[in-house]
Amino acid sequence: MGRKLLLDKAHVENIRLYDVYRQHGGYRSVEKAIKTMSPDQVTEEVKKSGLRGRGGAGFPTGMKWSFLAKPEGVPRYLVVNADESEPGTFKDRYLMEFIPHLLIEGMITSSYALGSNRSYIYIRGEYAWIVDILEQAIAEAKNNGWLGKNILGSGFDCEIYVQRGAGAYICGEETALLESLEGKRGNPRIKPPFPAVKGLWDCPTVVNNVETIAAVVPIVNEGGDEYAKIGIGKSTGTKLISACGNIKKPGVYEIDMTISVEEFIYGDEYCGGIASGKRLKACIPGGSSVPILPANLLLKTAKGETRMMTYESLADGGFATGSMMGSGGFIVLDETQCVVRNTYTLARFYRHESCGQCSPCREGTGWMEKILLNIENGKGKMSDIDLLWDIQRKIEGNTICPLGDAAAWPVAAAIRHFRDEFEWHVQNPDECVRRNYGLMHYADPLKTATPA
Amino acid sequence: MQNVKFSEEKLKEVGRIISFYPEGKQKSALLPVLHLAQQEFGGWLDVPVMDYVASLLNIAPIEVYEVATFYSMYNLKPVGKYMFEVCQTGPCMLNGSDDIIRYIGDKLGIKPGQTTSDGMFTLKTVECLGACGYAPMMQMGKHYREHLTREKVDAIIEECRRNAASHN
Ligand SMILES: Cc1cc2nc3c(=O)[nH]c(=O)nc-3n(C[C@H](O)[C@H](O)[C@H](O)COP(=O)(O)O)c2cc1C
Ligand code: SF4
Ligand code: FES
Repeated sequence: MGRKLLLDKAHVENIRLYDVYRQHGGYRSVEKAIKTMSPDQVTEEVKKSGLRGRGGAGFPTGMKWSFLAKPEGVPRYLVVNADESEPGTFKDRYLMEFIPHLLIEGMITSSYALGSNRSYIYIRGEYAWIVDILEQAIAEAKNNGWLGKNILGSGFDCEIYVQRGAGAYICGEETALLESLEGKRGNPRIKPPFPAVKGLWDCPTVVNNVETIAAVVPIVNEGGDEYAKIGIGKSTGTKLISACGNIKKPGVYEIDMTISVEEFIYGDEYCGGIASGKRLKACIPGGSSVPILPANLLLKTAKGETRMMTYESLADGGFATGSMMGSGGFIVLDETQCVVRNTYTLARFYRHESCGQCSPCREGTGWMEKILLNIENGKGKMSDIDLLWDIQRKIEGNTICPLGDAAAWPVAAAIRHFRDEFEWHVQNPDECVRRNYGLMHYADPLKTATPA
Repeated sequence: MQNVKFSEEKLKEVGRIISFYPEGKQKSALLPVLHLAQQEFGGWLDVPVMDYVASLLNIAPIEVYEVATFYSMYNLKPVGKYMFEVCQTGPCMLNGSDDIIRYIGDKLGIKPGQTTSDGMFTLKTVECLGACGYAPMMQMGKHYREHLTREKVDAIIEECRRNAASHN
């Protein structure tokens, strides 16, 4: 059994309620930080922990915090990113729904470290019922003296507010999020200036993912060094993985970053293997934006080493033969699935979510969607495959925000690893609408699934 | 759409939302107040509603239109009493969302984007709602309906019809 730091108490009965949460050791990190540590000492522990942002980019959190500008007399803000809209990702929802006080506790401790007296949770609009859960937790925390003025007699004031978005993946990008929090369209800003200098209402701002802020609780309680002992290399601590697609047990798992991808997929403690006794074809291990990998490259790196569920190992081989940890949205495709169709739905997603500011992203995503749909429907030409490759290359790196890259990568990886499946569609226009290509040579070389 | 005005209770709620933000930053309340307006004024945002919200927040109407047209949860046209927003993105597709969308459409005799002629149901396809592990799924009002099957869809439609009948 791996260690659990975030979800270990998530299934205690009534843990949503303050009293139960408190009985199980809740709010200790706030007490410890405010009574025994300076704000900089809290940041120091976060640095020592090696915690990397859990929203997708994996940027070291302690370093981000230390970049926060602190001009005299200007407010600073902590904004928690609960926009969670990357296909395959549903971990933050789980955390907020089951153990909301963990996020609130992490926010108070983090707000103390950053000097934020007003902190916000920006939550995707569709999670409407979770807003109620969070507001309830905030009210309870406030009634018990953890929020408001002069917390624990320290002179530190803090309030937490929740704002709902209204349906726009792009508002997960941190500067678009800030625009949205200011009541505007979610158009990403040109960086620099970075939010650490000019963020919410032009004030210095830290934007962190829900899981990142929740992880501050065990880091402060146990110390950064202790936290850093879990995991391998620069992948310290535990990570929430939301697993979905064609597996026996979809759901949210907290892993310590020491297990292999194979164990995660086939282990009974985790996904429990491929559903209906089918075989593994491919996987998108870190949310829809990261490269899809065929089974053979998923379980072993190109060098033949066991691929682990760590930032480094998932990325081993770069984009040629590797992928990314991303947001931890783990999407599994079994042997009956069609990579072209899957890629098409993702291209449609990015076209729908492009904010439209940059022409390569606005035009390119729509173009890719159309071509992919044609190929999927048996109306594609061989030259379309090269055209797709060309379009994605022209988007990547040529846009204001990383959504362009996020749209390009899945298409690039699908062609890179599954070109024969695209070609088969073009060469078999009638057959490809009736049946799927199947497994061909992508089969997991290690396992032949036992029929269920 | 004659009487566009929030009740006292809702105006209090608007005040509570505005208080989340520093002095002079009441424009930040726009997204939550639009949600409230949509819920109160018939499930969609007609121009007079948007103008009313602009006046409440002391901003120009164009600032409201800009936002209302950007975000997918704001309806700019009337919708049915019950809106089925079915996710169609990759992970849901891998678990049969295409079939669920077709089934609902056939059963209600409408295509995605359309509303039944009795104004009861709207079918809308949406992109990933963060429920990929519980696919196929849809949003209905404030809540999610997950692990959808044809039988479950039948039951949900029944439930809506019953609820509508008992409210009339
Ligand atoms: C298009 C796009 C969507 C994003 N969506 C999210 C999201 O839903 N949640 C999130 O935490 N980060 C998201 N990010 C990453 C944020 O921009 C930002 O890096 C992150 O919130 C920082 O927090 P972290 O360092 O704790 O990960 C997104 C980025 C892009 C480019
Ligand atoms: S890359 Fe796409 S989403 Fe990002 S700013 Fe440009 S158009 Fe908008
Ligand atoms: S893909 Fe449907 S909820 Fe995520």
